[in-house]
Amino acid sequence: MQTDVKDKTEKLTRKDFVSDQAVRWCPGCGDYMILANMQKAFAQMDHKKEHFLSVSGIGCSSRITYYLDTYGIHSIHGRAIAVATGAKLAKPELNVWVFTGDGDCMAIGGNHFIHACRRNVDLNIIVFNNKIYGMTKGQSSPTTPAGLKTKTAPEGSYETPFNIGEVAIGAGATFFARVPDNDHKLMEDVMMQAYHHKGTSVIEVLQNCVIFTDGIHEQITGKETKDDNQVILEHGKPMVFGKEKNKGLCVNGMKLESAKIENSAADILIHDVSEPDSLMHLALAKMQFPHHPVAMGVIRKTESVSYEKSAHDAIAREKSRTDFKNASDLFRSGNTWDI
Amino acid sequence: MAEKILTPEVRKAVVRFSGDSGDGMQLTGDMFSQSSGWAGNDLTTTPDFPAEIRAPQGSVSGVSSFQIQIGGTEIYTPGDQVDVLVVMNPAALKANIGILKAGGTIIADSDSFSARNLKKADYESNPLEDGSLSDFHVIEAPATSLTKEALKDLGLENAAMIRSKNMFALGVVSFLFSRPLENTIKLLEKKFSTKPLLLEANKLALNAGFNFAESTEIIGASIVIPPANLPKGTYRNIDGNTAAAWGLLAAAENSGRKLSLSSYPITPASEILHELSARKDMGAIVFQAEDEIAAVCAAIGAAFSGNLSVTTTSGPGASLKSEAMGLAVISEIPLVLINVQRAGPSTGLPTKTEQSDLYQALYGRHGEAPLVVLAASSPDDCFFYSYEAAQIAMEHSTPVILLSDSYLASGTSPWRIPENGELPKINIPEFSKPAEEWEPYIRDPEFLNRYWKSPGDPGFEHRIGGLEKKENTGNLTYEPENHEKMTKIREEKIARIAKRIPDQTVMGAQSGKLLIVGWGSTHGAISTALTELLEDGEVNIGFAHFNYINPLPQNIEEIFAGFDEILICELNNGQFANYLRTKIPQFTYKQFNKVKGQPFFTSEIKAEIINTLTK
Repeated sequence: MQTDVKDKTEKLTRKDFVSDQAVRWCPGCGDYMILANMQKAFAQMDHKKEHFLSVSGIGCSSRITYYLDTYGIHSIHGRAIAVATGAKLAKPELNVWVFTGDGDCMAIGGNHFIHACRRNVDLNIIVFNNKIYGMTKGQSSPTTPAGLKTKTAPEGSYETPFNIGEVAIGAGATFFARVPDNDHKLMEDVMMQAYHHKGTSVIEVLQNCVIFTDGIHEQITGKETKDDNQVILEHGKPMVFGKEKNKGLCVNGMKLESAKIENSAADILIHDVSEPDSLMHLALAKMQFPHHPVAMGVIRKTESVSYEKSAHDAIAREKSRTDFKNASDLFRSGNTWDI
Repeated sequence: MAEKILTPEVRKAVVRFSGDSGDGMQLTGDMFSQSSGWAGNDLTTTPDFPAEIRAPQGSVSGVSSFQIQIGGTEIYTPGDQVDVLVVMNPAALKANIGILKAGGTIIADSDSFSARNLKKADYESNPLEDGSLSDFHVIEAPATSLTKEALKDLGLENAAMIRSKNMFALGVVSFLFSRPLENTIKLLEKKFSTKPLLLEANKLALNAGFNFAESTEIIGASIVIPPANLPKGTYRNIDGNTAAAWGLLAAAENSGRKLSLSSYPITPASEILHELSARKDMGAIVFQAEDEIAAVCAAIGAAFSGNLSVTTTSGPGASLKSEAMGLAVISEIPLVLINVQRAGPSTGLPTKTEQSDLYQALYGRHGEAPLVVLAASSPDDCFFYSYEAAQIAMEHSTPVILLSDSYLASGTSPWRIPENGELPKINIPEFSKPAEEWEPYIRDPEFLNRYWKSPGDPGFEHRIGGLEKKENTGNLTYEPENHEKMTKIREEKIARIAKRIPDQTVMGAQSGKLLIVGWGSTHGAISTALTELLEDGEVNIGFAHFNYINPLPQNIEEIFAGFDEILICELNNGQFANYLRTKIPQFTYKQFNKVKGQPFFTSEIKAEIINTLTK
């Protein structure tokens, strides 16, 4: 019997996931949107409330575990994914969510991130990407764009930033999605898709930090510009964008290219999240403003067995094969003698 | 030829099998240990591998050895010096002649003392012929040629025949110690059950060796070691790492919790990871992490999820885990860290033993971060102490560090398998009131432990984490008074565990002139030294060996007060001595230290004790 799925009659609402702790982010912070959408999405999921586990690292993003009324671990800097991996492997029936930021996840926690992607542990990882260290007050992060002035790069950063989707897919992630912090519908939809995906799901949220990088995503997410600068991908649908829906993505030689849709839409690419070959998913994840629209929605979602399932299948198999009924049988196997 | 020191009936003997890495010395030693167990002897073994995976064949650096001490009395060490040295080539002789007792016996494969092999071992002349071994009793056994002769009808290739010569050597040693071959043959039948040709080859070689020894009368009289007076029960030989792994399995079973192990490979701790990886049949959930930090963090996740959760490592890995151990301390979750110590700092001597991670275990975290520290003292009691580490962690909601070391990890000793119901019961404190009355940081009034609630327990949803928690509620708070109070509570929680651990015992004199103090893996050498001194009529010395490091047993001051002098022996620069100086400052502690990557020899301890007594 599956014990982790809630009764059909058991209805949870957003409020069931609101903790009694006062939320303490800066007014206008993008984190509020993520929290609200997460609570709404949680209420729609099939797991019983006691099977939710929220894990975070360190940074503004990671405070979220105190605001979600689930089991939670506010761990240490960079290690949320490692903690979550241990928890999920220990109890595969848990519904595990990891909340992390671009510094927490891509710098100090980078190793755990790539290995989670490689292993395909059934974790849902939300990376709050504001392209800066907020809590420690404004140092460069691994996603800080070149040229941006920060506390640690006062003359402008001269490092090449990570593209989170490229790293995730490159490391073998079976699910990658990107959403802006101001598109509630898309965020909730992506969260639910991640929930149903069996494996590591990475969601990058382009999140605004009102203090240190205010407006950093503005050209992509702003009301006036978003239609032309975002392409919202949907499985099985053509990759079109623009206010008039008159632009699309097509392949030109070895590259992706934006083109005006004239008489025929024949060359416009149709999105396929399930293609195992990651080539096109990488190309889509890497598209950057201003040369391309930035891809939003689920970019990659491929079928694969999750790590903890393989592990527990192996345990079940070995248990069914062994003659040991208990530890004592093991201890008395092999070469023993009596005195 | 010197007069033999071995008499037909002796109380104990040290045998060392030595040869090239490819000569199968570990297997040979293992089988001899097994037959010694069957003969009712107590024993302790230690392997000695070359550091390189494949050192040059025939060279001194490629010598692999296995040493065993067997006795009709209790045996706590593999022995300082060797009575019987089996050498399969000149390099093995060169590497080990220094630890052979004067008058000891050498059993040499004389066939292998060719000009070529002598040169590889840097011998200018053949030591079997040049008189340089005149202080020893040398048995020249042409193992290679006689093995080939015995196997000639099997149709094996030359190299395959030569590989069986270790069994020839075992046959000779079996005759020397009056061991019938039946049990050894049973072991071979088990080992080679699917390889009938190899089984036959090994049996023939074993018999050939035995018959050679018997018929050539090259061995004057064989030796009988009477059975030791060990407690009744079923025994097996076990090494420290397997024992530690099995202790965890037993603790999981007796607590009704699943076992999660999250580790990263490191010498000399990896065998615990290997053993539990192979114990999926017992339900062990094993995670080989991407690094040491991931390993301890995954262990924290598994502990919060309600499993008996363990991470294993050695010193350098323990350093990497130290930040996360702080998280385990402040979140007060049950977690076991086993540190199989090796010689440091840094990579140090990674295959050699040392007790120099004691400070790290006690103090190696940021902030005020007390936890429980235990130390195992023999290969077989790694079972008991890993069991107890798990028990204390789960019953007292605290991380526990268990210190083992390289010497215990790879050494073996007979382990009396516990009978059903013999192990202490594990009683994880239950919160008996309804969920509404529960708060994450309310405590058991006697021992101050939190109650362990995990995802899946309805109504107990709560958050833990690295930020300071308000007393009882567990809410975040920066209140100065609260932080101080919580710091004191965490300290007091560990201190109160002293009430449940056994009182410290003393071997030998209960009061008197000199108290020897040891901890961890030095037990064997020190207790053997003490036994020998007691037998010599030295009645004024006692020995207190510590397994409970933090908290310390409650009766120590009383014990220390009964002796004129206290001598602390440890394989570091004085870490336990300094710890005692801060904990129990009213006494003067003398030190005897060794930092050579080697265990203590009984003779060193004995000499130091005599030296201290006569000063």
